[in-house]
Amino acid sequence: MSAAAKPGLMADSVKDAAVAALLVAVLGFFFFALRTDIGTGGLDLTYRWGLWFIAIAIAFGGRLLLNLFVFKTSRPITGGMSISIPEGVMSGIGRVLGPVLLLIALTLPFIVMAVYPDRDRQFIDLAILIMTYVMLGWGLNIVVGLAGLLDLGYVAFYAVGAYSFALLAQYFQIGFWTALPLAGLLAAVWGIILGYPVLRLRGDYLAIVTLAFGEIIRVVLLNWYEFTGGPDGISGIPKPSFFGLDFSRTGGFAEFFGLDYDSIHRFIYLYYIILILALITNFVTLRLRKLPIGRAWEALREDEIACRSLGINTTNTKLTAFSIGAMFGGLAGSFFATRQGFISPESFTFLESAIILAIVVLGGLGSQIGVVIASVVMIGGIEILRNLGFLKEIFGPDFEPTQYRMLIFGLAMVLIMVWKPRGIISSRNPSAVYKERKKISSDMVAQGEGH
Amino acid sequence: MEPAMKTTPAQTWDENVVLSVEHLTMRFGGLVAVNDLSFNVGRGDITALIGPNGAGKTTVFNCVTGFYKPTEGRIVMRHGAGLQTDKIEALTLTGRQFNDDGDDRVFLLERMPDFEISKRAKVARTFQNIRLFGGMTALENLLVAQHNPLMIASSMTIGGIFNLPGYRKARAEAIDFAAYWLEKTGLINRADDPAADLPYGDQRRLEIARAMCTKPHLLCLDEPAAGLNPRESTELNNLLQYIRKDHGTSILLIEHDMGVVMEISDHVVVLDYGQKISDGTAEQVKNDPKVISAYLGVDEDEVAAVEESLDMPVIHGKNDPADNSEGGQS
Amino acid sequence: MEYFLQQLINGLTLGSIYGLIAIGYTMVYGIIGMINFAHGDIFMVGSFIALATFLALVAIGISALPLILFITLLVAMLFTSAWGWTVERLAYRPLRGSFRLAPLITAIGMSIVLQNFVQITQGARVKPLPPQIQGGVTLIEGVTENGTIAVQLSYMQMIIIATTLALMIGFSLLISKTSLGRSQRACEQDQKMAALLGVNVDRTISLTFVMGAALAAVAGFMFLLLYGVIDFYIGFLAGVKAFTAAVLGGIGSLPGAMLGGLLIGLIEVFWSGYFSVEYKDVAAFSILVIVLIFMPSGLLGKPEVEKV
Repeated sequence: MSAAAKPGLMADSVKDAAVAALLVAVLGFFFFALRTDIGTGGLDLTYRWGLWFIAIAIAFGGRLLLNLFVFKTSRPITGGMSISIPEGVMSGIGRVLGPVLLLIALTLPFIVMAVYPDRDRQFIDLAILIMTYVMLGWGLNIVVGLAGLLDLGYVAFYAVGAYSFALLAQYFQIGFWTALPLAGLLAAVWGIILGYPVLRLRGDYLAIVTLAFGEIIRVVLLNWYEFTGGPDGISGIPKPSFFGLDFSRTGGFAEFFGLDYDSIHRFIYLYYIILILALITNFVTLRLRKLPIGRAWEALREDEIACRSLGINTTNTKLTAFSIGAMFGGLAGSFFATRQGFISPESFTFLESAIILAIVVLGGLGSQIGVVIASVVMIGGIEILRNLGFLKEIFGPDFEPTQYRMLIFGLAMVLIMVWKPRGIISSRNPSAVYKERKKISSDMVAQGEGH
Repeated sequence: MEPAMKTTPAQTWDENVVLSVEHLTMRFGGLVAVNDLSFNVGRGDITALIGPNGAGKTTVFNCVTGFYKPTEGRIVMRHGAGLQTDKIEALTLTGRQFNDDGDDRVFLLERMPDFEISKRAKVARTFQNIRLFGGMTALENLLVAQHNPLMIASSMTIGGIFNLPGYRKARAEAIDFAAYWLEKTGLINRADDPAADLPYGDQRRLEIARAMCTKPHLLCLDEPAAGLNPRESTELNNLLQYIRKDHGTSILLIEHDMGVVMEISDHVVVLDYGQKISDGTAEQVKNDPKVISAYLGVDEDEVAAVEESLDMPVIHGKNDPADNSEGGQS
Repeated sequence: MEYFLQQLINGLTLGSIYGLIAIGYTMVYGIIGMINFAHGDIFMVGSFIALATFLALVAIGISALPLILFITLLVAMLFTSAWGWTVERLAYRPLRGSFRLAPLITAIGMSIVLQNFVQITQGARVKPLPPQIQGGVTLIEGVTENGTIAVQLSYMQMIIIATTLALMIGFSLLISKTSLGRSQRACEQDQKMAALLGVNVDRTISLTFVMGAALAAVAGFMFLLLYGVIDFYIGFLAGVKAFTAAVLGGIGSLPGAMLGGLLIGLIEVFWSGYFSVEYKDVAAFSILVIVLIFMPSGLLGKPEVEKV
């Protein structure tokens, strides 16, 4: 284990670390050492040699340590970390994990209120956010994970749902519960309208076209000022009522049930709405997987030509996947609108599509639990990064931890993918069993058109 | 009615026809892969389509199963007995794809999209390079093949979501039917294994089982014996005989293994350069000098010599096997 | 007519920039079949490097503008190439031979990383650079009832179009005549076979990224000179447009990428000029969708024969 035992190791490691340091020096020169800022009479150039040297030193030191203890030794310390878990234990965990997560999800608001009474609102709000992404992830999982259609514009349907409800509320005073199914339906219809002409395109062409659709819808929302309010968005979107009871200070939910008014009631209510919506998404997906239509989606992902040779109308099959996925996106969108009370095109950028897709792929394509884990890790992770104020005390008042949020998010995407290219949960459950249920290793499962 | 070859009197496959390919031509750009090809597949027969590499056999398959749209020609599939010439001619004039009144349905395959050919005309196929759903179990593969009846049973998914009894029954029957074919192909013990996990020979049989799960009238097999060992080859022969006898499914196959072809085929059609050079029983084709020259690739003098000895007219044409690869897409 | 000609010139200039970025997409797609989503951000990084170099050269007292421009171009190409190489090495090479979606996600991740890295180190505010190359020649002067309209070809536009043209020619020669180009084409056809025949696949792929990044740096510098303002977010839209251009021209085809770039530039400029500026992106994307529906492999791409 000691570096001295292997004389070549130290030299190799230092050399390698020097290369890494040189690379950082080259890459970072124009970003660490030089900085341009708007000054009087044009741009000023400031020099930050100290920062540059620190970056180089960190690269050298970090790489050296990694080399010595992880990459180049015969017994890397990570060896201890990757204990292979016996098959039986793993499937045991898998069987228990779902119900346990469900139980936690069902009781979460009360757990939070009991454990963090001071910050319950914030945590329940975070849980609502995560649950929204879980629902979006499950919706997109139908399209990408099951049917193998790469959709980079899923946020379009999220936007359609949100704007459908907002506009219905604005122009026709329609409440959340009436608008919800309408928004889902509209999103599904949009899924068919957008999907029909393009679903025969192969893999990456489909990806770029869906991306284009996402951008087109956003640009239209942004510029159709008279109808959508353009960049100002739509505000004053009504909150959902509980069987006609509002969550207002007087005469609402609290008074009816004889409770003291507390704004947390509304948060808890919103949480349960999105939980139920998400669970419906999950239930429907799991049912569909076991039905001929779901099996046809998976077959389509495996081999489209074979599907056609077996009499499956692949266009219709793709369209159903696309529109059902769109419908769930639309439902989530109208929930988003009611939760925020305000929407604008800002919320529906390509980054949203990318995050949802990342959740699906990082979780493991087609895996429902994987989506939950990835949402908690990625979305929860981003939000935790918002709360790192204490770092200011370490690095000084100029240090702003929140600006590193997306940087770390991006790095995490890269690292998780390199670590587990198949996603966190990477086995497939067969949809029908003759005698014995066996998990299918993801190495055999195709990822859709193109390859 | 297809004119019979001059050496053969009217054969059974010209009288009880399940599929007739008429004047089929397929061009890819300037390349003529299949040129004015006509042949019949008799009901209940095992018909072999043979020929050197690049002769256009797979192209014919792709035209029959709708993956290619033929440049010219007509491909007729019949479900009922007899030639039904009037019905077919009437259908051809209407511009419709098929006439499914009564039991003697007729289909013009060149007009139908690929999935409709499997769904309605009941023509199933396998592929030269096996195309199974690798990440799905053997059982799931066979259930996908029963997609259309199951979709109806699940009332287009609505009834399925609520797990209505009608769907539950249909699902159980579908699994039984799949198990029946897994049994017949000797794969029942691998029912819950992913298809990609099976050995090569098993995959070939699974693909046949999957095609049979669509309940076809005609089964098209693209080199089913390729890569099989002698024992597996024999098993395959038995399986095909069983399919033909017990299910009445007609079989059209492309095969290079002459042992298999000669042993099981009732009728052999030989292609070279996209054209039919021989058509008859295995015995007739085996002794046809054109076939011999196409296969052996003997040069023209030798052919002439052979033909002289057989008292045949000299054939003019390229017979160099080195050129065969240019002859068409396979 | 004069207005039309002026728009044509403007469109070709913008199209040249898209075309240069599009080449990077099309080459990478051709060789490893992935959408390098981070390429637009490499273009952005290139423009920042060019900006810093430019200011640094001015700061150390070099005053000859052509010299500054030339050195800036070289430095930007060189350093941006290092970025291109690093992105490939860190995010794509470990996933080579893996599943299709994995590198797509790392590419999106890399794109987020690059944007935020630049935002953190260089600030979120836009960087304006006053126009450096002024003047031009008047090609046509027309008289209308509102006064005279002149069709201007500025020196800036000349430089952009000429540089693009020169790079395109040099590049085509590189691909068709050198052994590197041959290795690249071999890897496009079959990486395993190419490796068996002694082609260093890793190196060839790395060089593809390096070349793509160098061209993106040129585009970034020109964008900086032409518009005089950059920020950390310019990569996304330019990248999507350039990718659109690559697909429009037929992905995998170099002349296609250039043609697609020019078309997207022209569509955008003409749409802005004659209809509405707000919907210029919608116009570009709509054309893409329409072309793909009717010509699924783009304008110059090889039609894909479905293998059964």
